[in-house]
Amino acid sequence: MSTPMVLAEAVHKRFGRNEVLRGIDFVVQPREVSCLLGPSGSGKSTFLRCINHLDKIDAGRLSVDGELVGYRESGGKLHELRESEIARKRAEIGMLFQHFNLFGNMTAVENVSCAPVLVKGASREHARASARELLDRVGLSDRLDHYPSQLSGGQQQRVAIARALAMDPKLILFDEPTSALDPELVDEVLGAMKALANDGMTMIVVTHEIGFAAEVADTVTFMDEGVVVESGAPEQVLREPRHERTRAFLSKVL
Amino acid sequence: MSTEQDTAAQGRPEDIRAVPVRHPGRWVAAAIVVVVAVAIVHSIASNPRFEWSVVGHYMFDERIVEGLRVTVELTVIAMAIGIVLGIVLAVMRLSPNPLVSGGSWGYIWFFRGTPVLVQLLFWYNIAALYPKIDVGIPFGPAFIHADANSLITPFTAAILGLGLNEGAYMAEIVRAGIISVPEGQADAARSLGMTRLQTMRRIVLPQAMRVIIPPTGNETISMLKTSSLAYTIAVGELLYAATNIYSQNFKTIQLLIVASIWYIVCTSVLYVGQFYLERYYGRGATRELAQTPLQRVWIGLRSMHRSWS
Repeated sequence: MSTPMVLAEAVHKRFGRNEVLRGIDFVVQPREVSCLLGPSGSGKSTFLRCINHLDKIDAGRLSVDGELVGYRESGGKLHELRESEIARKRAEIGMLFQHFNLFGNMTAVENVSCAPVLVKGASREHARASARELLDRVGLSDRLDHYPSQLSGGQQQRVAIARALAMDPKLILFDEPTSALDPELVDEVLGAMKALANDGMTMIVVTHEIGFAAEVADTVTFMDEGVVVESGAPEQVLREPRHERTRAFLSKVL
Repeated sequence: MSTEQDTAAQGRPEDIRAVPVRHPGRWVAAAIVVVVAVAIVHSIASNPRFEWSVVGHYMFDERIVEGLRVTVELTVIAMAIGIVLGIVLAVMRLSPNPLVSGGSWGYIWFFRGTPVLVQLLFWYNIAALYPKIDVGIPFGPAFIHADANSLITPFTAAILGLGLNEGAYMAEIVRAGIISVPEGQADAARSLGMTRLQTMRRIVLPQAMRVIIPPTGNETISMLKTSSLAYTIAVGELLYAATNIYSQNFKTIQLLIVASIWYIVCTSVLYVGQFYLERYYGRGATRELAQTPLQRVWIGLRSMHRSWS
């Protein structure tokens, strides 16, 4: 089998005295869609933020595409990576947020074209042209010059998808991408995500959308209190959960 | 449902035309304001001691205009120093390194804790403390030697005093702006591979500007007036020019009026500048841009036209 896209072994993370991740084992293969479920406070979002080093893990090993996150290993020791090296690795991983976090001072096109110019050194014209293309792909060709405050939540999240795609990532992390949306706007975002999955993008999705997980995910992982309770194919985890905790959670959200 | 259809069929109902509530209290208050205003204007116009002709005569006096030029120069340079210093100090203050943030805290503590007039006098007399100023490696060899008295002229003393003091205030304003930008903005920028510096410069600071500009306009207006303190260390700014002239011709009040009029003219110009800066940095934050005064006049005229026709 090829190198896993994400490999976590006994990952621990604490904030002060509060241990949020207590030994996470997790693997995602390339071109796989992996959904993370679990009650709030179970550590799903924190784990996601650790994958692109927005949060730092305290113990265990975490690697993306065969390389450790945030460290280099040489001579049997871990060396912290410099900021520029971390930034370069982050550039290869897209991320979407619950509250979209579009840059408020920029139009849709500027939001999408900003990072390719700043981080990858693309020319402005080229970046803007491909930004227009990407926005067209998520169905927003008529909202190019709108500021985030002039867009609906669903439109903002689709701009955010285009913004992530503009960096040509090998992996995209979704942190509850539809939780802040009105019910009728959820589908347009899930639709765009399904299209990504069909194109073979590797995706890790923290979500409460069980329907999406059942339909699109290759693996579903259920987390609670900082540990993985169970993990497997969606039919198995969602229909015949092995653990009482999973059953209790699913009975509430279904 | 049927009522809605009925209304649609009959068209929109007529606009409400009700008899407005009377506000006798407001009328009395307005009358008092008018009477007081008229009394003030009348007193100013009829009191011959104002000697408005003298005021008019000195408005564009060469020395006054030169003083005005120095005042504006002092304000612009001191504010420029203050803003740059303020940004540096604010970023330092938010640094995870306790020595860096502590240094910034100490600077702000010191410069906000002492009166700016005292600081001006201090810089003016710096030669008493450091007769010679050397630039070079700390505790090592120096490259440039200078005599403090010739290096620190009254003008540079004023620039240093006003600018360094302003930096402390601007630092707090900039810091407030930076922490007003939601953390998610920095998360998003960094997840796209931007460095800390790029995130600050391209994402956080531009959005912080909306919060930073109004108090900065305030500071600039305040600086324009505070620069008059430099007259105590013999900088030839506006107030100094005015006092110089009235010490010769004893037209004290008239020259103070001349200076005041110029200060008010300058602050009025700054109001306009601030309006357009706020409008520029408001992009994206509000759905509609604020209207410019011209647009407001235009809209007002149109609605008047509509109500007449």
